[in-house]
Amino acid sequence: MYGWTGNILHLDLTKKSIEIENPSLDILNQYVGGKGFGGRYLRQCATLPWDHPDMVICIFAGPLSASISPTSGRTHILSKSPLTGLVGDSSVGGKLATRLKRAGWDGIVITGKSKTPAGITIKDNLVEFKDAKGLWGLDTRMVHKKIKPENASLLSIGPAAENGVRYAGIIVDQYFAAGRSGLGLCLAEKKIKYLLVDGTGHCKIKDQKKLKTAREDILRLTAASPALMGRFGFTCLGTGAVYDLMDNRRMMPTDNFCRTRFESASKLNAVAYTKSYSTQKHGCLGCHILCKKIGTDNKASIAMPEFETMSHFTALIGCMDTKLVVKANELCNHSGMDTISAASTLACRREITGLDYTFETVLSLLEDIAFGRGEGKLLALGAKQYAEKMGRPQAAMAVKGMELPAYDPRGAYGMALGYALSTRGGCHLRAYPISHEIFRKPVATDRFSFSGKARIIKIAEDLNAIVDSLIACKFTFFAAGLEEYASVYEAVTGIETNAQDLLQKGERIYYNEHIINALNGFSAKDDDLPDRFFTEAGSSGNNIFIPPINRNEFLDARKKYYKVRGLNANGLPGKEKAQTLGLLWNNL
Amino acid sequence: MEQLVNKYSDKLVQAKLGDTFGLSQPLIGGLDDTLVWNRKADEIPLLENVFKGLNINSLVFLRPKEPYSSLIGFLAGTALKSFGLIQPKDCETRTFLHDLPVINEFCPDKIIHALKKRKSVIIAPPKNNKNFKGPAIIAHGMVSPEQGFITISSVCFASFIKFFTDYLEALQHGIATTEEHCLFDAVIPFLNPIQTVLPKFISSPFPDETIVYSAIIEAGKKTVEYGLVDSFFGNISYFWNGTLYISQTGSSLDELCGCIDPVPMDNSTSAGITASSELCAHTETITRTSCRAILHGHPKFSVILSMDCDPLEKAACHFKEQCHIRCPKKRFVGCTPIVPGEVGTGPFGLCNTLPPALTQANSAIVYGHGLFTIGKNNFSDAFKTMLEVETLCYNTYFEKIRVLRKTF
Repeated sequence: MYGWTGNILHLDLTKKSIEIENPSLDILNQYVGGKGFGGRYLRQCATLPWDHPDMVICIFAGPLSASISPTSGRTHILSKSPLTGLVGDSSVGGKLATRLKRAGWDGIVITGKSKTPAGITIKDNLVEFKDAKGLWGLDTRMVHKKIKPENASLLSIGPAAENGVRYAGIIVDQYFAAGRSGLGLCLAEKKIKYLLVDGTGHCKIKDQKKLKTAREDILRLTAASPALMGRFGFTCLGTGAVYDLMDNRRMMPTDNFCRTRFESASKLNAVAYTKSYSTQKHGCLGCHILCKKIGTDNKASIAMPEFETMSHFTALIGCMDTKLVVKANELCNHSGMDTISAASTLACRREITGLDYTFETVLSLLEDIAFGRGEGKLLALGAKQYAEKMGRPQAAMAVKGMELPAYDPRGAYGMALGYALSTRGGCHLRAYPISHEIFRKPVATDRFSFSGKARIIKIAEDLNAIVDSLIACKFTFFAAGLEEYASVYEAVTGIETNAQDLLQKGERIYYNEHIINALNGFSAKDDDLPDRFFTEAGSSGNNIFIPPINRNEFLDARKKYYKVRGLNANGLPGKEKAQTLGLLWNNL
Repeated sequence: MEQLVNKYSDKLVQAKLGDTFGLSQPLIGGLDDTLVWNRKADEIPLLENVFKGLNINSLVFLRPKEPYSSLIGFLAGTALKSFGLIQPKDCETRTFLHDLPVINEFCPDKIIHALKKRKSVIIAPPKNNKNFKGPAIIAHGMVSPEQGFITISSVCFASFIKFFTDYLEALQHGIATTEEHCLFDAVIPFLNPIQTVLPKFISSPFPDETIVYSAIIEAGKKTVEYGLVDSFFGNISYFWNGTLYISQTGSSLDELCGCIDPVPMDNSTSAGITASSELCAHTETITRTSCRAILHGHPKFSVILSMDCDPLEKAACHFKEQCHIRCPKKRFVGCTPIVPGEVGTGPFGLCNTLPPALTQANSAIVYGHGLFTIGKNNFSDAFKTMLEVETLCYNTYFEKIRVLRKTF
């Protein structure tokens, strides 16, 4: 077998048992890896509550992991989201997938609940449950210091997860956050504090020469991409490079999405961080793009905030201090908390209470959230629940309970549709329309039009589903395409494929998520945006007009999407389509 | 979608690849929840089956006009005798298309099979086939019909470059066939003559930013009008008041309104992240040469001559398979240097090779890619140089052919 190890590890925390599954090559080729396999196991327990002992947490590499395939260093984690009740998943950087594959595992499926805090260590085929009582309560930085992973990869949760924050994240290898969906809380529920993985083996590659050629094709394309490796691209400035662009396009969410222009933006851009913190390039193991930026603060290394964090901890909450953003980012990472949800919940609070923030109040509230203190307990529920409990549900800028990222949908209608229809709630990454609406790749589309967007969003969701299964990084797809990654897949696995076949696997993976969500009661009523976007204009100016989104046009595009995706008028999946895709069908 | 399928049909005609009537009329389908076509056509039922077999949103079908029809027909015929692939070596194909698959019948299954792997397929049935007149090109898009339009433009450009490059090389090796001679003679009447009358440009100094934008937009349109680009693509910039104004990545040079990024040279903002892939080459050139205007097009004979190499020298060269990135020889057309370099900023990026070359001359050709020219203050200087270099390359190419054909 090439590409895959053929071994999936099943760990039961209740029984402290270890089982090995050896799926057939057909199954591996069908589910691929990452998100695909995660969806396979989640489907089997789809209707269980997120905190049920039998609920799975899936941590998967993909067939391309641990090879020279460009950007294959990411890991995919999937469970049911405590924040939304939807499919909850996250693609995370670092070296976890590489180490997992080199240890001989394609992925891990975790069930059960430990009575006491536990760690899991994997060194090649030696898998052990460890007592982690001494680490419970420590932040992720301290866990890293105590465990000293060296060449191994370390995944851990922080106090936020332990204290029940609904948007608690997971930190991998110190600097990489598995944000969104609250997956940290899923681990905390099972009392897992950390996972340490080291592997010394090598994955078998079918055709190294062909893989090298395919790799060169992809590297050539990424070198030609201004967004990735250009002078102002992610390699030089990190994802923060997008900050000026959002300001320039008048789609920077400001004051909890009440406005789309933040006047101080030009002083808070990626260049400002680069100068202040002497940033260095860093990234996932084996990546050539190196979008992660590590700076220096008082001689200590510190992770620089990603674009969404930069934007939400300034414009969204009305603050104008890069130091605050860096500190808030650090606090969220150390305590293990999603920065988008945290900032958005604070923005919601600001709108409801009318209280502006200072450097101190932001950090103090973040700590209160992470440690379950005072008002923090309420804010830990996320913007949707917070706003509901405060009697102002319309102040939560969330879709299906997940807080929106830093692209105002009034400035990009594909993004509006993408947010509303994403299977994990308000997420920019499922369809990632910023690629064509803003970055002009593969070609530019009219960002103020819904024309053609229904199918574009559907195809992009299919694409990103397979990308999260292979695994590759979505950023690469600003430049390369499945055409190039199909060659990589063939070279690694020896299985003949092409771009369209991979896309079809992506469609299957994504439709499975629609089924899971439908089984949990989600339908068209949930595929919607907050009212604000249909009733209030953004901040027009500089010859850019930002009107409210026309609701009828939005609903028409959504209706088209349902048709293109094979859902009924209520947004629900159907037996015929499921069976066409070879998916298991249970009556909804 | 209706607007887009019509727009790109018109653009194929404007690019002189298609026609407003007859066989070379472009046929474009766009699919959201329903499928729309730019016109009625006999090919539609079969192409609808192609749509059903692929997860795409658009298809562009074109029987290209001459000379492309004959050139593609010839290359496709040759390809069908081996692996069914045309493998041009120009930059566009190497970077984005990889190779050009060819099939011999207008059959949905075969078209789908090819388009599952690549962005385009060429259909080249035997000449005596009464059911389908070829050659035709089909290309797909997953975001917009613009993708198919770009791909078809690139296929035509690459095929043009390949035939004329191969023919010169075949003559140099004394292996040109009668078929090649005949085809060469047959397509010459279809080549557009290079215009020699210079257009008028807004002259510098430019008093304000608005005029800078207007000057860039005007220069872009004229570069397209004079056929100095591959379809509509290239890039263009002007340095004014500490800022480089540059066309955005993937922008069409005849539609630059709203597609120009101001990039301050002090690096104080990253808003230039959507600027042309060649931003680094432009800024470095501005810094090194103190010029203000830079024009980059893909005039065909400049590209063809950039790939011409003495057969004996090439045979002895250690880098003969990597000419585009490692050509070790200083080569010139007249005073214009030819440099290796790939698109963008990689280790072999033209951002490393082009700016030094432009300190020596006000023009430079990047191997298999295109021509860059600079103007001290005006686009008129850069444009004039571009026209002169292309004219020189055209004349040099045909002189070489004349001498070689006489010899053999």
